Amino acid sequence: MNDLRDLYQEIILDHNRNPRNFRAIDGATITLEGYNPLCGDRYTIYLVLDGDIVKDISFTGAGCAISKASASVMTSMLKGKTRAEAEAAFQQFHEVATGHNAISDQQLESLGKLGAFAGIREFPMRVKCATLAWHTMHNGLEGKHEGATTE
Amino acid sequence: MLTAELAPLPVETLRQDFPILNRIVRGKPLVYLDNAATTQKPQQVIDAISRYYAETNSNVHRGVHYLSEQATIQYEGARRRVANFLNAGSEREVIFTRGTTEAINLVAASFGRKFLREGDEVILTEMEHHSNIVPWQIACDASGAKLRVAPINDRGEVMMDQLRALLNPRTKMVAAVHLSNALGTINPVKEIVELAHSVGARVLLDGAQAVSHLPVDVRDLDADFYVFSGHKIFGPTGIGVLYGKAELLESMPPYQGGGDMIRSVSFQRTIYNDIPYKFEAGTPHIAGAIGLAAALDYVENVGLERIAAWEHELLEYGTGLLQEIPGLRLIGTAHQKASVLSFVLESAHPHDIGTILDNDGVAIRTGHHCAEPVMHRFGIPATARASVAFYNTRQELDALAQAIHNVNRLFR
Repeated sequence: MNDLRDLYQEIILDHNRNPRNFRAIDGATITLEGYNPLCGDRYTIYLVLDGDIVKDISFTGAGCAISKASASVMTSMLKGKTRAEAEAAFQQFHEVATGHNAISDQQLESLGKLGAFAGIREFPMRVKCATLAWHTMHNGLEGKHEGATTE
Repeated sequence: MLTAELAPLPVETLRQDFPILNRIVRGKPLVYLDNAATTQKPQQVIDAISRYYAETNSNVHRGVHYLSEQATIQYEGARRRVANFLNAGSEREVIFTRGTTEAINLVAASFGRKFLREGDEVILTEMEHHSNIVPWQIACDASGAKLRVAPINDRGEVMMDQLRALLNPRTKMVAAVHLSNALGTINPVKEIVELAHSVGARVLLDGAQAVSHLPVDVRDLDADFYVFSGHKIFGPTGIGVLYGKAELLESMPPYQGGGDMIRSVSFQRTIYNDIPYKFEAGTPHIAGAIGLAAALDYVENVGLERIAAWEHELLEYGTGLLQEIPGLRLIGTAHQKASVLSFVLESAHPHDIGTILDNDGVAIRTGHHCAEPVMHRFGIPATARASVAFYNTRQELDALAQAIHNVNRLFR
């Protein structure tokens, strides 16, 4: 099960079991749904913005371990960040999960929790699970009203 | 069923006919349990298709030359083969389509245009595949007819009293699946046909799953339409069958216009061809039809009664194994069931189950199986589904169970 442990790292299993910020926010600045019609993963992302700052962020919904852990890690990373920082994290996550350039151990260390998602790129069928919440958050900040669909 | 009198299936010998079953996947021997999605192909089918392209390839119904004549003979021979397989009254009642989906779309569009009017009703069951829902929604939108749904119970069986209550003189069509792809339920289709006919409604049976698991006799069922796909019965993709009663097909307008479906064309007036050609516009999938005929030969050589008996044993064995797994819940526990083991786990989402099983070389399907209403009925987003064919073994179901235990271990 070595390869599987690359995908289902302890951080991912932990965030799946105990998702952080797993709640709705009434009166959120941005509320947007993301849906993956292929597997039925469905999440709602809530963003409370104070000017340029993501004051609070949370999510609700259901889906696989990868998608749920990804949403959980994302919300715990972005609280207190600026829009630009959130956008940069989105780009960085995308590169980690889908990129073709090898990731050095040093880079992996600097990625922190995002590094746990580096195993996804070996499982192309699961990339959409990992990116769903991030795409939804990104679309929300971009001011798009239709939810993200990753299929 | 006369199971006791049937010679057992020589599964290990038959497996040798399927080259793909020898593959090593992710370092493990392939355990292929996704037969409800598509079945594997025996060498006999692969050879029939290659031989057609290597020796006979030509267009049908057109040329006077030798190859065209041979291709036409083989293509029309395939039609007779299908008619015989379904026990149709005549090969005129067999129309080749791209698959089950196109066959249902053909009926919904053509039957709908001819027979559906505002206020009429079409009845479906709650366990239908999207391909037996959406074409009827389109036909109802176009005609003003209403869609009614016969619900299913907690075991995943159609509630027949509710279906009976829905039937009325406005019912023009009852469209029902023979064997559910999501649940494995075998519907009492003969009874459904009788009930529908008693109010003057017509019946379309979706046999996509059924034909590779059960003997089907369309005249015994008295089905008005019966549809299936080649690739789910060990034949190629891109070929399927619509069986329809001749007098109905004759009364229905064409589905698509083009070559082959006409007798004569002028800008003033076009005269359509007779059935089945009226419904086969354009050059058909000739190699597909020939491959399908080879697949039906293969299945009948093995024997559908023997297949059904062996698969029943497999299903019972697999059900027993799965019921012992902590936190596993079977979705679809009908009394009459075949092939399908659909389940959810407390510990893991179906998508994660699918990935972990794949890592053990076990191929299953996860998701809503194009039957979202079934998922809503059971209050789940998706299931993991193992589905057997006659070439599966008890050892493969052991591997499935072992892999599911591995999921529980990882996610505990």
